[in-house]
Amino acid sequence: MAKPKLATCALAGCFGCHMSFLDIDERIVELIDLVDLDVSPLDDKKTFDGMVDVGIVEGACADERHVKVLREFRAQCRILVAVGACAINGGIPSLRNLAGLEACLKTAYMDGPTVEGGGLIPNDPELPLLLDKVYPVQEFVQIDHFLPGCPPSAETIWAALKALLTGTQPQLPYSLFKYE
Amino acid sequence: MSSERFTFTVDGVPVEAEPGQTVVEACDAAGIYIPRLCHHPDLPPVGHCRVCTCVIDGRQTAACIMPAAKGMVVENNTPALNAERRTLIEMLFAEGNHFCQFCEASGDCELQALGYLFGMVAPSFPHLWPERPVDASHPDVYIDHNRCILCSRCVRASRTLDGKSVFGFEGRGIDMHLTVTGGHLDESALAAADKAVAACPVGCIVIKRTGYRTPYGRRRYDEAPIGSDITARRGGAKD
Ligand code: SF4
Ligand code: SF4
Ligand code: SF4
Ligand code: FES
Repeated sequence: MAKPKLATCALAGCFGCHMSFLDIDERIVELIDLVDLDVSPLDDKKTFDGMVDVGIVEGACADERHVKVLREFRAQCRILVAVGACAINGGIPSLRNLAGLEACLKTAYMDGPTVEGGGLIPNDPELPLLLDKVYPVQEFVQIDHFLPGCPPSAETIWAALKALLTGTQPQLPYSLFKYE
Repeated sequence: MSSERFTFTVDGVPVEAEPGQTVVEACDAAGIYIPRLCHHPDLPPVGHCRVCTCVIDGRQTAACIMPAAKGMVVENNTPALNAERRTLIEMLFAEGNHFCQFCEASGDCELQALGYLFGMVAPSFPHLWPERPVDASHPDVYIDHNRCILCSRCVRASRTLDGKSVFGFEGRGIDMHLTVTGGHLDESALAAADKAVAACPVGCIVIKRTGYRTPYGRRRYDEAPIGSDITARRGGAKD
């Protein structure tokens, strides 16, 4: 029987959730026995060749590219899991919502202490357009499971992933259920 | 108080109470935990947050302000009530700015602990991202209004325990906010040792230079859910 496929993506986050995932240490060997890694920054596979079983989303939606990747993951993953505070609540990237996008860009690119000669807000057409606010992923697509934490611990991710890959519902014990 | 003790039931379990006790007080003493947020044992109850809502004799009632009475039938730990409590907690999270990942109160916060208790994984309401100030003017204490849940514990503690009336509220509905007598904290009579500071259930009123002292894993709600100290009083008695 073919192994189930796992895909992961990192939207607006710090990659800490992926690092925490890698923190499963030697259990990565067990993981390789359990799954085939598909689209993911971990193996640098960029495009889907078909449906995968479990998709993991780290990070919030801060620009149009994030939304595009997220929608693609929803379309290609049977089970979609939002991992970490950024994906679930907006997390640290959403701090910009408190100041407003314009004020943030102005502070960074026009009024910053290292800016000389007036500065310029980057507007190259190659750059993905920023959203007005940073949004949690469930505001765009249906999410099947949430793993809170910043990041969720390796134990948390491992426990949930193993449950999903073996066809059971993830049930986190109290000590693994954290918002930080 | 006269000592005519009487009995009422909570989820079918008989609870003994004495005249003058509220439902929450009697249950606390009996080792039955009714979730609550604005209630504090040392402060006069006000019934602001509604987290303690129980079905009492068929009616939804805030248990922290309801006097216990003989023969009362209280439903507390039911899936329906806990779902409503979770909704209240979700609304409080969505209405303020709660970044638990860098909050000094994480692990000790009653709002967060109630989120854990009710299994709140993701907000069901869109975040409002309000713009709220931080007042760091005081040498020893700061207020981060982003985390204020308007429970009024500090207001009551300052007035009744500290005799100072440092805090108050202004505005109504979504515009309601905490105010400091004098404007800023450094213009108020607040001291770090005030009961008002300790009474805050969340990370809104924070003593400076004391954050993150207790390591992860040893904070109040790291291993045991909120209310465990109360249920422990039942001393092995099971329903
Ligand atoms: S949730 Fe925390 S660890 Fe994960 S990506 Fe966001 S900031 Fe990084
Ligand atoms: S006050 Fe509580 S809920 Fe709010 S950010 Fe701090 S720990 Fe989280
Ligand atoms: S500052 Fe703390 S105690 Fe005072 S109303 Fe806000 S949350 Fe409650
Ligand atoms: S604890 Fe009873 S209303 Fe808040």
